Amino acid sequence: MGMTITEKIFAAHSGRDSVKPSELVFAKVDLVMGTDVTVPLSVEVFNRMGAKEVFDPKKIALVNDHFVPAKDVKAAGLSKIMREFARKQEIDNYFEVGRSGICHALLPEKGLVLPGDLVVGADSHTCTYGALGAFATGVGSTDMATSWALGENWFRIPPSIKIVYSGKLPEMVGGKDLILYTIGQLGVDGAVYCSLEFTGEVVRQLPLSDRFTICNMAIEAGAKGGIMEADEKVTDYVTERSTREFTIYESDEDASYLKTYEFDVSDLEPQVASPYLPSNVKPISEVEPIKIDQVVIGSCTNGHLEDFRNAAQILKGKKVHRDVRLIVIPSTQLILQEMISEGLIQVFIEAGAVISPPTCGPCIGGHMGVLAENEVGLYTTNRNFKGRNGHPTSRVYLCSPVVAAASAIKGVITDPRKL
Amino acid sequence: MANTLRGRAFKYGDNVDTDVIIPARYCTAYTPQELGPHCLEDLDREFVKRVKEGDIIVAGKNFGCGSSRENAPLAIRGAGVSCVIAKSFARIFYRNSINIGLPILESEEAADSIDSGDELRVDLDTGAIENLTKGRSFSSAPFPEAIQEIIRLGGMVNFVKERLNNR
Repeated sequence: MGMTITEKIFAAHSGRDSVKPSELVFAKVDLVMGTDVTVPLSVEVFNRMGAKEVFDPKKIALVNDHFVPAKDVKAAGLSKIMREFARKQEIDNYFEVGRSGICHALLPEKGLVLPGDLVVGADSHTCTYGALGAFATGVGSTDMATSWALGENWFRIPPSIKIVYSGKLPEMVGGKDLILYTIGQLGVDGAVYCSLEFTGEVVRQLPLSDRFTICNMAIEAGAKGGIMEADEKVTDYVTERSTREFTIYESDEDASYLKTYEFDVSDLEPQVASPYLPSNVKPISEVEPIKIDQVVIGSCTNGHLEDFRNAAQILKGKKVHRDVRLIVIPSTQLILQEMISEGLIQVFIEAGAVISPPTCGPCIGGHMGVLAENEVGLYTTNRNFKGRNGHPTSRVYLCSPVVAAASAIKGVITDPRKL
Repeated sequence: MANTLRGRAFKYGDNVDTDVIIPARYCTAYTPQELGPHCLEDLDREFVKRVKEGDIIVAGKNFGCGSSRENAPLAIRGAGVSCVIAKSFARIFYRNSINIGLPILESEEAADSIDSGDELRVDLDTGAIENLTKGRSFSSAPFPEAIQEIIRLGGMVNFVKERLNNR
């Protein structure tokens, strides 16, 4: 029996020739990622475990992104614990405010994740790195401490679900629409414990930014990971950033899948997820025109340079509606820098947007744009659970950067193709 | 009978997510004591006022979906809840609960039949769930063996301690 990419990665990391879904294995990890919001508890647990040194400081990344720049004294304390741990354990991949970014954009940008890697991260959107042909999954703080101490952890081999996208994507429809549509079809628990393998001609044509967006939201269907076969676009991207060796795995033709979904996307409309579930997805024509108070373009899902290029194309020479606040959040310092040199920041500021430093901020209702009672948000982020983005009565719709930009101009949820 | 729990049920629906279990605005804290008073407040403001030590949360499918925050099971423990019974659990929440030693049990039938306020008894060794109010009993899905070992050792901290000592 053949194996999927996911199974091959787990087999390679647990010293076996083959693995089967549902088997429990101990597997070595190539990278352990943590953030300001999850690391402090891990440090405490690590100490309670009686561990003295991390298994390999080079395989650990610590990223300031959730509550930074520190939103209050307690948040400042979290970063301080992480900073001191990084110094003590001599972890070079500690990313300080000003040299940091949202973890899931930053780590690929720094060349820390390569095809074939097994990555755990104490953030649920760690599955983003699957776009590079790595298997990456979110864990909690105790699992991160375990991985720091042992360099390995226990995993149940996930069954794979294959998602095949065929056809030709229409204008103004991209990765975010594909994944929202898919989550709408599968439901928020449609892939619990599974690995979602995204494939098909459409995926191969997508830029990496859209592929990251798709794998990023695999968790919103409950998946353990999202994964794609690495192609030339991936190898070009990683070899520019790293000299470490890597392995590209492909799924065997006789690999077994729990389920296969085939979606012809030639007629796909821009998609919107309504409150309070990311699976509450409808084509935009069935959602517009809902009045909005705040638009956020950014997050680990849609804070890539290409996302801002697409949004800026819509906003160029236009003004944000007087009743709307538009918050633009580049995911990393490098993306911000490139936005400045390409003139995108100019476009957003002239339109009347505010530019935030890289942070998770409003996506988790932390800071930098929290919603008031009964306010409505339209976000390019990944979740719209009750109370996540501010007051429990606030409501957030999820969409792509182009829908967000068009809607910011009109003040209501708007199909960008109608502008 | 040390491994037997007894408490009243607080019943909720499907997809109870980590944002309602403990909103990120409180996640600058990570001790059960600090998190407990805010547990489930965006879903049910009355919960923390009414919950008593040992009470049990009963819910539908995909309990704990969303974020990887371990603050979620810690908040539940901090509120005094002794265990969670659900039709199914989201996977990160499942791992986190086992790792911190919060008992979780999967049973569709129990989750369907239990109502808020029912008095429950749970045997953690056998996974048996008894509804004392309604006089019905249920079984829950047993944990895989490797996970049972983590539970036997009292959570992941002891498991890792032992591994480090054996090196």
